[in-house]
Amino acid sequence: MQLKFIDEFRDPALARGVVGTIREAWGDRPPMRLMEVCGTHTVSIARAGIRPLLAGVVTMISGPGCPVCVTPDGYIDAAIGLGKRPGTILATFGDMLRVPGRESSLEKERGRGIDARVLYSPLDAVEIAAAHPDREVVFLGVGFETTAPSIAGAILSAAERGIPNFSVLSSVRTIPLAMEALASDPEVKIEGFLCPAHVSVIIGSDAYLPIAEKFGLPCVVAGFEPLDILYGIYLLLRQKIRGAATVENEYARAATPAGNRRALEVIARVFRPADIAWRGIGVLSGTGLRIADAFSAFDAEKKFGIEIPFAAEKTACRCGDVLKGTIAPPQCPLFGKACTPEAPYGPCMVSSEGTCAAYFKYGVE
Amino acid sequence: MGGDKILLSHGEGGKRTRDLIRRVIAKRFENPVLSPLFDSGLLGCLDGEIAFTTDGYVITPPIFPGGDIGRLAVCGTLNDLSVCGARPVAISCSLILEEGFPLSTLETILDSMKAAAAEGSVLVACGDTKVVEKGNADGIFITTSGVGTLRDGWRPAPENVRPGDRVILSGTMGDHQAAVLIARNRLELSAAVLSDVAPLSSMLLGALDEYGGKVRFMRDPTRGGVGVSLNEMAESSGVRIVLDERRLPVAENVRGICEILGFDPLYLANEGKALLLVDGQAADGIVASLRKSGYGKNAAVIGEVTEGPPGVLMRTSVGGMRAVDYPVGDQLPRIC
Repeated sequence: MQLKFIDEFRDPALARGVVGTIREAWGDRPPMRLMEVCGTHTVSIARAGIRPLLAGVVTMISGPGCPVCVTPDGYIDAAIGLGKRPGTILATFGDMLRVPGRESSLEKERGRGIDARVLYSPLDAVEIAAAHPDREVVFLGVGFETTAPSIAGAILSAAERGIPNFSVLSSVRTIPLAMEALASDPEVKIEGFLCPAHVSVIIGSDAYLPIAEKFGLPCVVAGFEPLDILYGIYLLLRQKIRGAATVENEYARAATPAGNRRALEVIARVFRPADIAWRGIGVLSGTGLRIADAFSAFDAEKKFGIEIPFAAEKTACRCGDVLKGTIAPPQCPLFGKACTPEAPYGPCMVSSEGTCAAYFKYGVE
Repeated sequence: MGGDKILLSHGEGGKRTRDLIRRVIAKRFENPVLSPLFDSGLLGCLDGEIAFTTDGYVITPPIFPGGDIGRLAVCGTLNDLSVCGARPVAISCSLILEEGFPLSTLETILDSMKAAAAEGSVLVACGDTKVVEKGNADGIFITTSGVGTLRDGWRPAPENVRPGDRVILSGTMGDHQAAVLIARNRLELSAAVLSDVAPLSSMLLGALDEYGGKVRFMRDPTRGGVGVSLNEMAESSGVRIVLDERRLPVAENVRGICEILGFDPLYLANEGKALLLVDGQAADGIVASLRKSGYGKNAAVIGEVTEGPPGVLMRTSVGGMRAVDYPVGDQLPRIC
């Protein structure tokens, strides 16, 4: 495997050109408030130093698209609870380890003896279950439409192979309805969405049509490379100048209007939409994916008779406002003081894709 | 030798221990200091200021693409001496073996220690071998200490670093940790990524011979990578370093794996690279000097020392500017 053409998407001369075109087209209008929904965009914007390049033209607001950040502390507590059951192996994506629950984190509990293993793919958790038939393997299923197909695939694989000691503690979320919730929140005041790249590969760019239509908001699907982002922002500004509100796709090299049909089928087979709590935001109707009844044998909540509490969060942390984009991280009283990547108070500081972590790590001032 | 695995009795001091040490270990490193097998290696009188360093090596898997724990244990200590301007004289070799460790793997590891020591012109002067019960170690742990003598008239001088100086990296970033990550997670890639583990003494001491005090300060960016080492260098020199993202050398296949997993090669460990803060006027000449060595063929100026509060910044490829900070803990694979 080789990745080619990375440099082309980071070409300095092209980038200068796009920035110049943006500034010229926008003139002296007041800055447009744009939300990048996805955490990978947040990190890419910070790493490439795009915010200062476009100061005065756009105000980039970071959205809730970081899977770790929106996972409620009650979920971490439930996972720790399962991990403490004798013989249990917790299997998780690496980012989840340091997320604080109410009392502890998986990293701390691992030090105290629970068996929590970092995996790259949910399918590896099925292999661990097959190799240890005497132990219960619980996969911590977090993420969005991007991870949902592989989690669903792991459940289908366990079902087909008859591996009864595998289950998933699901906290999977979907993006478009959450964007609608943000679009209709009067506090947030978004004027356009930079839509996620990988999520759109799965769900297709047409998934944002209702947002563009219902709320009159420009939507542009953009890749994660710096030039993708700059050009995506240009398209959003151009829609605004023209008074348009449609969905455009800058990431057509990977995302199609209809998305990945097979992935969507697998998701539809294994999951059902459900209400779910987003950390700091609250319950958003229909934005969760719970495991369908036909596969309830693999649903850790049902299997172990637990329920993930819709817990209230700590109060001083303003992750919720950061996730909604109503404040920028440095406006939180804890930012950089009581809350740093070393001693995170809120999940936005934990995750490598968290808005606060990106500001803290890459901010120049 | 009592079979093809390490047994507890290999560490109990009896005949098996003696056989293991004499026939397997000491035989390989034969030299006048080690061979009498006294309780200490007698090095004689050393000329010049003495540098002394130690490092423990633990790595899974012990044999990885491009090297193994043996080569790592020798090169790591040699490089720690070399970046301080010390010509390596002797190293120690302390082995902790887990019961059941395959003898053939131990022999492979000792062979590459021998080869790396020969390449770095250093002798193994003393050693120790212990065996612990199965489960109490991860196969093999190696500790090496090293003694070297400082090249006349050169010492690391972070206090001499000043605005206008340049930052040189002796080659591509992240190869070692990428190779180990791939091996550990059985990731399938068409182009092999090999660890860069290598002894840098002749390359670095060569540059010092030519350029002396124009080389202010050197580090080997191992754990934590270039990002952490540069932060430490900026801190100890009290200067601001500005990197140029476009000049950072990264192998194509390493960059690919980083893109996929969400890693930053700036923070991946290297085992055969050096960072040099050098006089701006001499920078090109020093790069040319490093490139004469096979281990420095991709050496490049990657940034400069500027006015401003201490720290590390980076001019990004698209013309932005951002901070390069210490990471917290290990980099973890991204979720989506």
